[in-house]
Amino acid sequence: MPSLPPIRPEDESRARRQPPVGAFDPRPVDGIDVPLVEYLLRLGDDSLVLGQRLSEWTGVLPTVEVELSIANIALDLIGQATLFLGRAGEVEGRGRDGDRLAFHRDVLDFRNCLLVEQPNGDFARTMARQFLFSTWQKMLFEHLMSSSDELIAAVAAKAVKEVAYHQELAADWVIRLGDGTEESRARMKDGLAWNWRFVPELFAQDEVDFEMIERGIGANVLAFRDDYFRGVQEVLTEATLEAPADQRPILGGRTGHHSEHLGHILSTMQFLPRAYPEATW
Amino acid sequence: MSKDWPLWEVFVRSKGGMAHRHVGSVHAPDGEIAVKHARDTYTRRMEGVSLWVVRSSDIHASDPADDAQNFDPAQDKIYRHPTFYDIPEGITHI
Repeated sequence: MPSLPPIRPEDESRARRQPPVGAFDPRPVDGIDVPLVEYLLRLGDDSLVLGQRLSEWTGVLPTVEVELSIANIALDLIGQATLFLGRAGEVEGRGRDGDRLAFHRDVLDFRNCLLVEQPNGDFARTMARQFLFSTWQKMLFEHLMSSSDELIAAVAAKAVKEVAYHQELAADWVIRLGDGTEESRARMKDGLAWNWRFVPELFAQDEVDFEMIERGIGANVLAFRDDYFRGVQEVLTEATLEAPADQRPILGGRTGHHSEHLGHILSTMQFLPRAYPEATW
Repeated sequence: MSKDWPLWEVFVRSKGGMAHRHVGSVHAPDGEIAVKHARDTYTRRMEGVSLWVVRSSDIHASDPADDAQNFDPAQDKIYRHPTFYDIPEGITHI
């Protein structure tokens, strides 16, 4: 069997010019602000997928207090997703609202980072993921508060308070488990090691980001990269843990190249609206 | 797991100027997490603007066996109620 031809730079640039729709979706009409739609999907999908992931803990956690903490975070995130995806649908102008985007897109059309779709694992791994993500999201929203897009600025201003709490709670648990018993420490170490390879993607930027930054809509994540790693290190120091060794970064979520886990999340999340499209409550 | 953690009593101030009121309890490994658990459990519907937690075991309570000597003597001392005073108009929270 002949091998596939190599991917040339011109193929990549052609792929980048493609609109953010799947192969079987209708092509968008001219005049859609594709980079803005992409950017809003990235923001919305991060929150949506992590919110769904965290919801998996509901009814399973051993204490009602921790369960409420996790469920509250999940609800905050899904609230953010509703606003970002709703706006994405408006800008796109093809009649898709936030629900349509959340429940009727397939894996390849999701734009979340890979970190948020990682399995919960144990409580330590969930908290390690939350800490790494919320620390980033808080800094991102602080920058997006001055976005030239009114909705993004407004949502960021509201959500930054929610996320500041997520970050603090997760950091508290990283510290307590890291500086806890022998077992909790080992589990937190494993949790951080599992999630660490997905952090570089949070600071990877492509044409969509560059255009959004240029238009004053998006945030330049490199502006807070050093602060991020300093903040993470401070918490790890308090937790008496060392940062995991850097591994080969895994990228691709922003362009729809997801891990095998996302499909499983979507099959649970999207089952009802797909099986009963007209269902209301 | 929650039985491994001490119990904390939760007090919520519903708005500025009001006293903290006891609303319930949470389990938590330490005071800092107890405040967070209290926040997540008791203030998720805008119930409060401030939280206190105190370890339940630090509370000293009156003995129910002493109820008669503690509380019955107050029953016939109606004059201790401030209801005999006229409250000026516009005064709230009394």
